[in-house]
Amino acid sequence: MKLITAIIKPFKLDDVREALSEVGVQGMTVTEVKGFGRQKGHTELYRGAEYVVDFLPKVKIEAAIDDALQDQVIEAISKSANTGKVGDGKIFVTALEEAVRIRTGETGPGAV
Amino acid sequence: MEDLIQLSYAVDTFYFLVMGALVMFMAPGFAMLEAGMVRSKNTSEILTKNVALFAISCVMYLLVGYAIMYGGGGMLIGAENTVDEVLASGGEVYYSARSDFFFQVVFVATAMSIISGAVAERMKLWSFLLFAVVMTGFIYPLQGSWSWGGGFLSEAGFVDFAGSGIVHMCGAAAALAGVLLLGPRQGKYGPNGEINAIQGSNMPLATLGMFILWFGWFGFNGGSELKLSNIDEANAVAQVFVNTNMAAAGGLIAALILARIMFGKADLTMALNGALAGLVSITAEPLSGTNVESMLIGAVGGLLVVLSIVALDKMRIDDPVGAISVHGTCGIWGLMAVLITTEGATLTGQLTGLGVILGFTFAAALVVWFVIKMIFGIRLSDEDQLIGADTAEIGIAAYPEFSK
Repeated sequence: MKLITAIIKPFKLDDVREALSEVGVQGMTVTEVKGFGRQKGHTELYRGAEYVVDFLPKVKIEAAIDDALQDQVIEAISKSANTGKVGDGKIFVTALEEAVRIRTGETGPGAV
Repeated sequence: MEDLIQLSYAVDTFYFLVMGALVMFMAPGFAMLEAGMVRSKNTSEILTKNVALFAISCVMYLLVGYAIMYGGGGMLIGAENTVDEVLASGGEVYYSARSDFFFQVVFVATAMSIISGAVAERMKLWSFLLFAVVMTGFIYPLQGSWSWGGGFLSEAGFVDFAGSGIVHMCGAAAALAGVLLLGPRQGKYGPNGEINAIQGSNMPLATLGMFILWFGWFGFNGGSELKLSNIDEANAVAQVFVNTNMAAAGGLIAALILARIMFGKADLTMALNGALAGLVSITAEPLSGTNVESMLIGAVGGLLVVLSIVALDKMRIDDPVGAISVHGTCGIWGLMAVLITTEGATLTGQLTGLGVILGFTFAAALVVWFVIKMIFGIRLSDEDQLIGADTAEIGIAAYPEFSK
């Protein structure tokens, strides 16, 4: 099993959710986060005085998937979250040791 | 004829009272504008200052202020006009004495409201209220007596229809004196010349506050015609309403465009200040100018206010809401703009009024602020500013659900 963590632009969330459903991802967890990568922050003016926006709002998606789905999931997120501009985000893949469905006690791939 | 005098007395008194009530509505306008322009941790405190200063203004003006300004012959308002007196005057006495007091008292509160915005987020509540007692009971009425009370400034030919100088510049001068002794908000200016932006917490409230002030200003300027009940006077009041409205519109547009040019984006807060700048600019003479002239006078005010706010920031004079620029810089411009629209107004007369009001108010306020500073202190400690004036002074958060 793998845990896919994707950081994306907030307005792309619906597209990514749809694309993941289409390739068979059964569930995901979404968190509103802030951060920066190459996009860095930017400066704004308030009444003529400058202030820096260091961290930009992003959405973090976490999905636990079967190993077999990995390539499809990465492709689905890459396509659906892509705007071609800096700040589109990143996808991280981590090995997942175990998963448990709390209601039934199922474990392993059947639980994700 | 007697019936006509009775009727016009009733109409003019009614008009005066309604205009006064409109001006009273400027108090929530200032309260909302200031609540929107401060950070959320200082909101309850600025609201407390706004409600308390209004009440203090009413009490002090009743007890001593009105008598100082209009020489009521001792304390309080004096006797109400009797029917016989009014009829015998043949139309000379045309509104109730109580309505005059009511109309004047809400102006005092306006002058005091200006100050609370400039010193926001860092002044101690009770020191501010103590200053309000002196300002509304003595400083404002005394300088007002020199012009509207028939004193030496009116004899010198000083023209200030509804108070660009007497109300707005006066409030701004007292505010400036306070700010100089108070210092900037903690964190506003860095050690290496940085000017840090401290954003207001609630733009919808600030916008509502601006619109309420715009609305109330129809009473402020419209009521200052003092009479409505014949064709000439009714036309004059209507002219004042339209000119006042046009000046605000001109000011807003000018400030919005200039802010876009200078900062690259359309700064809403500058547009709000621009409308108020237009209103202050036309207040010294909202009657004589044409509608277009008034719009242009307001527009110049809108340009001046943006430049003034940026300039004061460079001079490290911290004014969270822009009150000194709106009411001071544009108050001065308003007094000068009288020369464009009003025949008979003289440069000497205007400069005399400007200098006397500005000089006296600034000096008197500086002394009072200084005495209060020496005895009680006026500035919240850095720690209190950090936790916010709401927690430090009031104990009630404006938005408790956000700070849980």
